[in-house]
Amino acid sequence: MSVLKRLVTSVALAGAMLGTPALAQDDVRIALVVKALGIGFFEAAAEGAEEAAAELGNVEIIYTGPTDTTAEGQIEVINALIAQQVDAIAISANDTDALVPALKRAMQRGITVISWDSGVAPEGRQLHLNPSSNSLIGNMIIKLAADHLPEGGDVAVLSATTTSTNQNIWIEEMNKVMGNYPGINVVSTVYGDDLADKSYREATGLMQSFPDLDAIIAPTSVGIVAAAQAVVDAGKVGEVNVTGLGLPSEMAGAIESGASQSFAIWNPIDLGYSATMLAYELSQNGVEVAPGAEIPMGRMGALTLDENNEGAMADPFVYDASNIDQFKSIF
Amino acid sequence: MTDTRLQTRHVPDRLQGRAYRTFRSWEALLLAVAVAIFIVNSFASPYFLSAWNLSDATFNFTEKAMIAFAMALLIISGEIDLSVASIIALASTAMGLALQYAAGTPELVIIGLTVGLLCGAFNAVFVTILGLPSIVVTIGTMSLFRGISFIILGDDAFRGYPASFSWFGQGYIYWVFTVEMLLFLIIAIIYFVLLHKTNFGRAVYAIGNNPTGALFSGIRVQRVKFILFLLTGLMSGVAAVCLTSRLGSTRPSIATGMELEVVTMVVLGGVNILGGSGSIPGVVIAAFVMGLVTFGLGLLNVPGIVMSIFIGLLLIGVIALPRLWTMAAARRVT
Repeated sequence: MSVLKRLVTSVALAGAMLGTPALAQDDVRIALVVKALGIGFFEAAAEGAEEAAAELGNVEIIYTGPTDTTAEGQIEVINALIAQQVDAIAISANDTDALVPALKRAMQRGITVISWDSGVAPEGRQLHLNPSSNSLIGNMIIKLAADHLPEGGDVAVLSATTTSTNQNIWIEEMNKVMGNYPGINVVSTVYGDDLADKSYREATGLMQSFPDLDAIIAPTSVGIVAAAQAVVDAGKVGEVNVTGLGLPSEMAGAIESGASQSFAIWNPIDLGYSATMLAYELSQNGVEVAPGAEIPMGRMGALTLDENNEGAMADPFVYDASNIDQFKSIF
Repeated sequence: MTDTRLQTRHVPDRLQGRAYRTFRSWEALLLAVAVAIFIVNSFASPYFLSAWNLSDATFNFTEKAMIAFAMALLIISGEIDLSVASIIALASTAMGLALQYAAGTPELVIIGLTVGLLCGAFNAVFVTILGLPSIVVTIGTMSLFRGISFIILGDDAFRGYPASFSWFGQGYIYWVFTVEMLLFLIIAIIYFVLLHKTNFGRAVYAIGNNPTGALFSGIRVQRVKFILFLLTGLMSGVAAVCLTSRLGSTRPSIATGMELEVVTMVVLGGVNILGGSGSIPGVVIAAFVMGLVTFGLGLLNVPGIVMSIFIGLLLIGVIALPRLWTMAAARRVT
């Protein structure tokens, strides 16, 4: 009996420690659902969302997501949000299709659903906010490598998982504009699954398989850091230039050591900010979503929707030795 | 005179009564935990006590629990199958592939179940006929089965399942009661009867406790194990049908990491990871405990990382507490 009593007490205590959230029902509750928690990029986006919330005044941000980047995990999160009757869900999806039934149900129960960063199929959301246009990013990642290879050279791509929506589109777009960069050859594409250790091994493998490799393009914030570390450890700083998409705070060391000459990223703070603004406009101000519509998003201007109800926020921004110190403390 | 008096004297065949044992059992402890979690959740979130929300919450565990029942039998017999999540991926991919050749809902279901069975048979051949350790074999097939899915699908996804197919994962029998709940109940009853009421079930326990002894008692140990692997494969096929129907699409990354959640559920349900003991009611309650905990914490917007810490602590806590209690009791006696 004492076991049971002790157990019940401990469970109750644990429950109490988790805390009861102050449920201010008047507030507009906007859920920012990310691919997985604990990723610097999404933490920065949450910061932007809080900034938008402060600007709007009566908004409560629920920043949440699964532990692993799985669709099943996100569906559990979405179910919990539907149950709480939040006002809006702004999601960066792990899977374009698998989330559609769950998000459809959310919309049926009156919840505004938008996707940002990594999109959901059109029937599962009202609009999609792209951080930039995919063609601009695809062009940017190969341009970053080519800028430092005036004589041409061999480059390899270190991507996230084979099913990552973003990375695959960017690599596709990159391949489309390869003709503009004569002398640049993409010799291989490998997948680090957005895991630091696997990305590191894949990058090391690339340098062993292609001794004349001139650059590694990693369009993922996890992969680029791992690749830069692999270049430093292999003693190939100056020979292999690591570039792609990364976070200034994580890439500052690579820029200083010279393992990376430059890299690009949009501002995740702006992205979280814009997603929150759009979710608010749709759920509270009754903005009509239709192709060609211009939806205001605070200090970021307005989002113009294309025929799929998608829009691009801004151009990617290049970070190098000249500005890294200024941005590394921000995100 | 004395002889007859001795005969009428009550000789207990057990030290404690049935009610006492039930009360002190693992299942009772687990049930208390489940009730406690339910009560805590009801107070912690105003949204918890809603029929529709609780109905949504069951999706967190129904598919995993279907596999957990078969896995429980397998673990009781002293074996394990870590390839279940990969079997889901392969079965789902096979269904998606069949869809490209205009397969209807009945064909899709048959294909899903058949692929599950075949994968189970593949594991079984290596374990029972070649005599390899199941943990090694299934770690291998875990990569193998999912690898085949990745080769077939790569970056692509199969979508466009027929509307009638969505009945399994998104359908409702009556009001808030889902098709998956009904399947969960039926499967739970089947496995309860199989493990606790049949000779086959007794054989499973016997093998788990002493495989050599079981063999010399005339139990066909390898055949029983073969059937258990087939059942685990089949249940993975059933889960694949439900999950694919619920998601409405197939990607090779489907159900990643589910095998560990299934094993956690089985162990939390009181099944000895070394084999020999455990019960189906325990696994049923464990399924509810895990579902309630994840959904309750989800309602409070507790981050997933904290949630897995909590599940881990729950598992260790529920397993360690009775052991600690026994140790404390032993010290008191001596």
